[in-house]
Amino acid sequence: MHGAIPILRIGHVLIATVHIDLKDAVAEAFHADILTSIQKTNAVGVVIDISGLDTVDSYVARVLADISKTARLMGTTAVLVGMRPEVALTLIRMGYAMEGMRTALNLEEGIALLGYSLERR
Amino acid sequence: MKIAAEDDVVLVRRTVRTLAIERGFDSFSSAAVTTATSELTRNVWVHATGGSAIIEEVAEGDRAGLRIRFQDRGPGIPDIERVLAGGYSTARSLGLGVSGSRRLVDEFSIESTVGEGTVVTIIKWKRF
Repeated sequence: MHGAIPILRIGHVLIATVHIDLKDAVAEAFHADILTSIQKTNAVGVVIDISGLDTVDSYVARVLADISKTARLMGTTAVLVGMRPEVALTLIRMGYAMEGMRTALNLEEGIALLGYSLERR
Repeated sequence: MKIAAEDDVVLVRRTVRTLAIERGFDSFSSAAVTTATSELTRNVWVHATGGSAIIEEVAEGDRAGLRIRFQDRGPGIPDIERVLAGGYSTARSLGLGVSGSRRLVDEFSIESTVGEGTVVTIIKWKRF
């Protein structure tokens, strides 16, 4: 399942777009892929785009939070971007606000949060 | 629908989501019922390693809704109150599956007998 979710590098930032369901095997491989990519590229941050996910249950929320925690242990910042309104409301109703995770509205804002810009100079 | 593999969690959830959207549920209600379905289907898979989900359309007067019944022949839940309160987990999860899905739907009932299994029934009504 490694590589099921591609991780791109732009400068010192890694970008992963979650476009498929994070079932167990995919989630574990994705988590490991992100950590090895951080090490290989010396990335300062990872932006995880979940705008393609229409459902984030507590299992997926935990996977994303765990990725964020391990990335932090390694000295990088994970930023979750693109959460849909209905997904945000659903997580809050369930009692899971994903506190401790950095978030931004979209990919561009997420990269900006890490101190980079996609704008043309 | 049978819940016998991890892939079934996604299949059941997709079926509910498609039906909710087809029946005109708004995006928030669709996400709520789909997420609750995901939690409860996963519970069947993780705790009982199998069972089933019965998805039905229901009506009460002018109201239309979806009812989903999750049943398994797993170990059952010894302390339902504790599970309903949330934060209690025997598997590797957040322990929000049952308590969280209860907050996402309009009607929620759970019956469990230790050694026999668990039946959870949820209803989500369409908002006008």
